[in-house]
Amino acid sequence: MSTEYEVVIGLEVHAELKTKTKIFCSCPTEFGGEENTHVCPGCLGFPGTLPIMNKKAVEYAVRAGLALNCEIQEYSKFDRKHYFYPDLPTAYQISQFEFPICKAGYVEIAVNGKKKKIRLNRIHLEEDAGKLLHSGNSITSSQYSLADYNRSGMGLIELVSEPDLSSAEEARTYLEKLRAVLEYTGVSDVKMEQGSLRCDANISLRPVGSSKLGTKTEIKNMNSYRSLQRALEYEIERQREVLEEGGTIIQETRGWDEEKGITSSMRSKEEADDYRYFSDPDLPPIVLEPAWVEEIRASLPELPDAKKDRLVMELGLSEYDADIITGSRALADFFDKTVTLFNEPKTVANWVMGEYLRLLNAEGTEVQESKVSPEKMAALLKSQATGKISGKMAKAVFEEMFMTGKDPEKIIKEKGLVQISDTDALGEIVEKVLAANPQSVADYQAGKEKALGFLVGQVMKETKGQANPGVVNGLLKQKLTD
Amino acid sequence: MKITEQEVHSVAEIARLELTQEEGQKITHALQVILEQTEALKRLEISKVKPTVYVLPLQNVFSEDQLDKCLTQEQALGNAPEVEKGCFKVPRII
Amino acid sequence: MSSLLGLTAHQLQGLLEKKEISSEDLVKEHLTRIAQSEEQIKAFVTVTGQEALQQARTIDEKRSRGEQPGSLAGIPLALTDNLCTQGIKTTASSRMLRDFRPPYNAAVVEKLQEAGAVSVGKCNLDEFGLGASTENSAFFPTHNPYGEQAVPGGACGGAAAAVAAQEVVFALGSDTGGSLRQPASFCGVIGLKPTYGAVSRYGLIACASSLDQVGCFTRDMTDCALVMNVIYGRDAKDSTSVSFPAGDFTKFLVNDVKGLKIGIPREYLQEVNDPRITAYLQQAAAKLEELGAVCEEVSLPHTAEAASCYNLILAAEVSSNLARYDGVQYGLRVQGEDLVSMYKKSRSQGFGEEVKKQIILGTYVLSSGQYEDYYLQALKVRTLIKEDFAQVLSKYDCLLTPATPTAAFDFGAIKDNLSLLTSLNTLTCPANLAGIPALSLPFGTAAQGSPCGLQLLGRAFGEETLLRVGYALEQNTNLTQPSPAVKGEM
Ligand SMILES: [Zn+2]
Repeated sequence: MSTEYEVVIGLEVHAELKTKTKIFCSCPTEFGGEENTHVCPGCLGFPGTLPIMNKKAVEYAVRAGLALNCEIQEYSKFDRKHYFYPDLPTAYQISQFEFPICKAGYVEIAVNGKKKKIRLNRIHLEEDAGKLLHSGNSITSSQYSLADYNRSGMGLIELVSEPDLSSAEEARTYLEKLRAVLEYTGVSDVKMEQGSLRCDANISLRPVGSSKLGTKTEIKNMNSYRSLQRALEYEIERQREVLEEGGTIIQETRGWDEEKGITSSMRSKEEADDYRYFSDPDLPPIVLEPAWVEEIRASLPELPDAKKDRLVMELGLSEYDADIITGSRALADFFDKTVTLFNEPKTVANWVMGEYLRLLNAEGTEVQESKVSPEKMAALLKSQATGKISGKMAKAVFEEMFMTGKDPEKIIKEKGLVQISDTDALGEIVEKVLAANPQSVADYQAGKEKALGFLVGQVMKETKGQANPGVVNGLLKQKLTD
Repeated sequence: MKITEQEVHSVAEIARLELTQEEGQKITHALQVILEQTEALKRLEISKVKPTVYVLPLQNVFSEDQLDKCLTQEQALGNAPEVEKGCFKVPRII
Repeated sequence: MSSLLGLTAHQLQGLLEKKEISSEDLVKEHLTRIAQSEEQIKAFVTVTGQEALQQARTIDEKRSRGEQPGSLAGIPLALTDNLCTQGIKTTASSRMLRDFRPPYNAAVVEKLQEAGAVSVGKCNLDEFGLGASTENSAFFPTHNPYGEQAVPGGACGGAAAAVAAQEVVFALGSDTGGSLRQPASFCGVIGLKPTYGAVSRYGLIACASSLDQVGCFTRDMTDCALVMNVIYGRDAKDSTSVSFPAGDFTKFLVNDVKGLKIGIPREYLQEVNDPRITAYLQQAAAKLEELGAVCEEVSLPHTAEAASCYNLILAAEVSSNLARYDGVQYGLRVQGEDLVSMYKKSRSQGFGEEVKKQIILGTYVLSSGQYEDYYLQALKVRTLIKEDFAQVLSKYDCLLTPATPTAAFDFGAIKDNLSLLTSLNTLTCPANLAGIPALSLPFGTAAQGSPCGLQLLGRAFGEETLLRVGYALEQNTNLTQPSPAVKGEM
């Protein structure tokens, strides 16, 4: 009988802070920009320059810590972490090793309806490195590399989980949860594609029931939620196979190859660096008085869990819908605002979950960039609710509104999309259609219910789709039974 | 325990230095003498003494989150040994 | 007109204000002196004559328009070459930075420019501030103006020699473990290491960040106070800099030490090799007592461990601060077949032997397995040294010690003479470890006519006492002004 294995995963997540300036100098954090133009002597590591701590970065780290149920540390300080690499201008990264700013937090995730608490070991502040562009297709085939330091010195928080995750799916869900919390608190842009949210995983297997952790590998280069899940699924299988064949896992860093769908060894532990940490004498420590922490706590917005509970309990949404809507603050805010203008939460939820998300995904845009405002959304839903336009029309209007950002009323007017519900006007057309289709009338009267659908279709055709189908249905039935 | 010449060379490797044999010998000897001197520190009763990490009792020295002017690309690259496409050029990494 | 060389800033200020001389003439005269004496002294790595003359003319124009051109307007000075100067080569006397032109000024350079002082060039030092003789400069050693065979001291030997050789009126440098005070003593000038945090370190090429302070060389106490007025103060670009409550330092230049309690640490006297230095110290103490101060022997029990503690902390911070010199953003690059080989070649050829030694020692003591045994141990001893001072300085207003164990020694003397280096460090590095202010003052001359120096140590931010005691000695003895190193017109 083969051994059953238990999967043990811990994640190290880096989130870029949404401060205006870098963490230790006054250069912009703006994404993009020509190479080496968002730099100063400080973030280029020039001799004689000194770091100055950005107060906002401290506050953001505390915000994240509070939102993730951490113990905010009264005393924290900075250490230098030494290694030589061309993306690191001073050859040391300023980080927090001995005394991080936050410790011992947790988040709750739900996988397959099962809730689970995932503990955070710590959150600490550090600076980002620059970017290297390699001349070849990969670092190994490059003849040389080019260094751009626009990203050098951007503020980061590193969130280190305990090894509480036991599947690739849990890891993904946990990361999505962190993403939501960091977005809600306004701490980070959390865009994995742009690198403002990054994730490494430590993963090991052990026989079920064993209390001793197995040898772990560290997985890097996972640039999306999907690749995180795929990489971990692959690595779980790889380790399982090695163990089942009686082999041993080597402690090493492995890189995920998105194209090949495999992880492969980057370097083994023996080559790992000794970072020679010591306190940075250039940066005095941070002391967080309780009053300051409370001030930051008071400024926190409603967080995803609380928002979801409210949507389910007070607005009657399903768990599933509430989960998706609160998965992103921008979407949740859009929903909330629309509901204040059009107070039918379930209808709003259907539209948000349906048409809106469908088009956002299809166009690859984000809520923040979308041309549809809650005001326009509410106006459209009102037009449908009053019967001014049909559901089908509303979808067409929404699509145009999504693409152009025009007011729904304007689109309705331009397209002449006014639903005809007037029984007198429709009565005439119904008479005309009945007169022109005696066979269908006969069929219906002979009990063929299908014929009614055909006749409705003919009325719709006559009115270029503007007839209110409910009214037409009623009129036809009435005339046919007369 | 005296630091050996081999240790000096391996520490040099970590510090990205390569020493000639002569330099290795001289530095090893110098470090042996300096480290020998520090043995006196270990004889002090200091297990309960707090280390001094900062000279001044400063805390919470912050800047506001405000932009200041950056260098131009030309200034940034002005001292660079090798430049290409607005970037600092480095030889192949692996 | 008689020579302006050798006059102090406050004397020259008077002449400039009365328009008896112009800044341009003053700078020209010093440039001429530099041209004459540099072959012998070699104090400068770079002389910026054109820039200096340009600046002097601007000052003269301002003065002629009736504008106030600043408190040190038109006074020629020298900067040690580890202070960054925008667009002007800043080498730290290292091959690594031979062609480095910073795109920014050090904070003190900005402050001096605002005060109108005119820099005439950049002075030689031991590479990155590591040494006690300028023999570790990658370019050339500087010679002591009092004797060609003698070192000027170090690390900032070039700047001390430039003031002593009357090439400039005053100079700036940095002090990590005595780099200002020891050359000041060897060259017969005043050297001040301020309280840690009193002067911005922004733009000072770091040697050891928790020990480094920018300070000055001057000819007398009044000039020292005038320069302090300009360079002291909080700077937003240095998180460890603090605002200094003193205001105008010249108000402490009072000829009155009545009631002051001055301690003389006995451990420091044990380091002295030259009996004349001990005698001068006793003479100074007797004079101060005569003026109404109380001088008593005191003990700083951990003095013997200071040099070792300093060696470890210095090396650790140096290894970290100098890691950035890797041939990528600036500095020397020696091509290699790949990145690591480029790093190694550039660093091995860019750094001199002393720098390499410090980097290796620092890397070693910070490495896992050694950290607790060495670095952490040193941080704890640092606490003991700080506490020694706190205790003694709670009872005494300041301390009087020798600045150096001998007068200037000859070239080659310090090489492999670890006990001499240890003695030098023992007298000066404790002030850096404790962060307290320290001033070295010329006092008498040794056998070959070379100057000797005394040191005053004060409470953190207690510079006023150092000024007061130094000024009293200056006013009441003729020993604080050694005869000029360079006599008459050359
Ligand atoms: Zn910057």
